[in-house]
Amino acid sequence: MIYLLLPAAAFFGAFFLLPMCRLFLVGGSGTRGWSAYTAILTDPVYFNALLATLGVAAATTVATLLISAIAGVFLQRHRFPGNALLVSMLTLPLAFPGVVIGFMVIMLAGRQGLIGALTQALGGDKWVFAYSLGGLFMGYVYFSVPRTILTVMSATEKLDHRLEEAARSLGASTWRVVLDVILPGLKPAFISAGAICFATAVGAFGTAFTLAARINVLPMVIYTEFTLSANIAMAAALSFVLGAVTWLVLALARTAAGSTVAAAG
Amino acid sequence: MTRPASTKPLSISLKSCAKTFADGTRVLEPLDLDIHAGETLVLLGPSGCGKTTTLRLIAGLEQPDAGGRVLFDGVDVTAQSIELRNVGMVFQSYALFPNMTVAGNVGYGLRIRKLPAAAQRARVAEMLAMMRIEALADRSIDQLSGGQRQRVALARALAVQPRALLLDEPLTALDAQLRDALRVEINQLLRELGITAIYVTHDQAEAMALGDRIIVMSHGRVAQTGTPREIYHQPASHFVAGFIGTMNRLSGEMGANGFVCAAGIVPWYGGHSAADEILFRPEDVRIAEEGEPADLVGSVAAAFFLGDRTRLFVDVGDRQPLVMESTARCTRGVGEQVRLRVDPQGVLDLSSQRGSL
Ligand SMILES: Nc1ncnc2c1ncn2[C@@H]1O[C@H](COP(=O)(O)OP(=O)(O)OP(=O)(O)O)[C@@H](O)[C@H]1O
Ligand SMILES: [Mg+2]
Repeated sequence: MIYLLLPAAAFFGAFFLLPMCRLFLVGGSGTRGWSAYTAILTDPVYFNALLATLGVAAATTVATLLISAIAGVFLQRHRFPGNALLVSMLTLPLAFPGVVIGFMVIMLAGRQGLIGALTQALGGDKWVFAYSLGGLFMGYVYFSVPRTILTVMSATEKLDHRLEEAARSLGASTWRVVLDVILPGLKPAFISAGAICFATAVGAFGTAFTLAARINVLPMVIYTEFTLSANIAMAAALSFVLGAVTWLVLALARTAAGSTVAAAG
Repeated sequence: MTRPASTKPLSISLKSCAKTFADGTRVLEPLDLDIHAGETLVLLGPSGCGKTTTLRLIAGLEQPDAGGRVLFDGVDVTAQSIELRNVGMVFQSYALFPNMTVAGNVGYGLRIRKLPAAAQRARVAEMLAMMRIEALADRSIDQLSGGQRQRVALARALAVQPRALLLDEPLTALDAQLRDALRVEINQLLRELGITAIYVTHDQAEAMALGDRIIVMSHGRVAQTGTPREIYHQPASHFVAGFIGTMNRLSGEMGANGFVCAAGIVPWYGGHSAADEILFRPEDVRIAEEGEPADLVGSVAAAFFLGDRTRLFVDVGDRQPLVMESTARCTRGVGEQVRLRVDPQGVLDLSSQRGSL
């Protein structure tokens, strides 16, 4: 039986474990030695970039799940003309490279953007946030929402209708049915879709690169260290930490979600 | 068993309730139905005849076509949605909340009603005791057997003291032995509570055992309404006769001394009739005693030993062999000649109903 694990173990070793070990070692091989890793916590440039990255990713995940949950359940439960077309169009942003998404954000929230023009016309200030973390957040949400909606839709389709009917027969209002039956039923989908959303937002580069001006997220810092400063060791150390922290956050989120299942029971 | 504070049982009426689904299929013809307070009414019929749809109309999960009305104790509740009707539902698939424990499921309706915590606990304990599942209170749903799940579903539906209990094939997913045991238990429970209950099934034995009255349905219409005895002994149509229990059919024609068929003459005291077919149940035919005159003579086509009795298939020169039962000691072999007596009281002539359901 143990031999059946071999292919998986070989894959895991060749494409995950080995590169990660190598990355870890390279990270400690620079002029700073192993202190490259402590620098990530002590050097404000690196540390702030790490915080910004995680912050944007977390905000993106929360916003994406909120929007997708409402939209996904609605799209699955209500048939209206154009429903099918709309759903098929949802896959579109997945095909766009990050650069295109960055460009779209600029068109929307940039100096000549739609939102700026709109707020100005309404007599307020001209809103321009494309080149900040706000722009990045918007781009990531735009990229993640469609895919998450599709996940939510297929999970909604699999929900057992009778559970909702049973809850209603016991007096539950629509809101209680959502809270007690639909959301718990969709939880596994939220966890997996949320994890992918978070990881994507942590590692995305193209969008940040396009909006570059005032944004300092870790993928950008890594890029700078690697190409401009030729500081390969620092770039490797940052990459390793980025991967490790993402893994840790997702593991914690999963555990927390798992324990709420038990607590709700 | 403990008896919950009993509320006055509910009477339910459907007034010309038809149901056409969005795709245009008419699954219920205009239906008039009166369900008396406190009775157990069984909706019986083959798959797809509209039993579940009828139940869902009563529950408020479906709306009747325009003109149809649902009355609870004479009050029109057609426009009221299910969460306001206060009816308990039990599904074939149990439909228990997987994210809650057994106690959580049973107490759900009480939580919705914002009962004080102590009252909730007391009521949940009472229901668990009534269904004899106290030991399972803290289990999660996926750790339960099918029979246990159905008990939890019943406890959950009854915990809120619903005005009526609606059950949609609650036992169909269970194996035969468990089904029999739970059937007895549900029967006892319904009598004890005196609650108005509507029980959907396509199992005629279940219908016979549980129903105060049975409504036999076919293709979205009521084929017959009556007590189990009436339905069994005086089926109103060939459909009902064939659907409930086993029915023997003989073709022939009425003569001066009875109904004349290929294997003999069946006694008939029902007066003049143009029947070319008569029907009778297996228990209304028996093997003639030694020296007793026979009504019919046939030969054994097959014999099945069932333990307490033997089921005989007797070839009487008709399309189908007669089905009858004999004592276990009967040792007739295949091909052997048998002389039969038919009880005249059990002989039915449905020729006037031909063409109806
Ligand atoms: N939502 C729906 N849309 C269209 N047709 C439906 C819908 N629900 C049920 N039907 C049809 O209505 C008919 C009656 O269905 P119903 O579920 O009431 O049958 P039933 O007597 O409960 O059968 P069963 O014993 O198989 O459960 C069936 O032919 C079914 O295909
Ligand atoms: Mg049904």
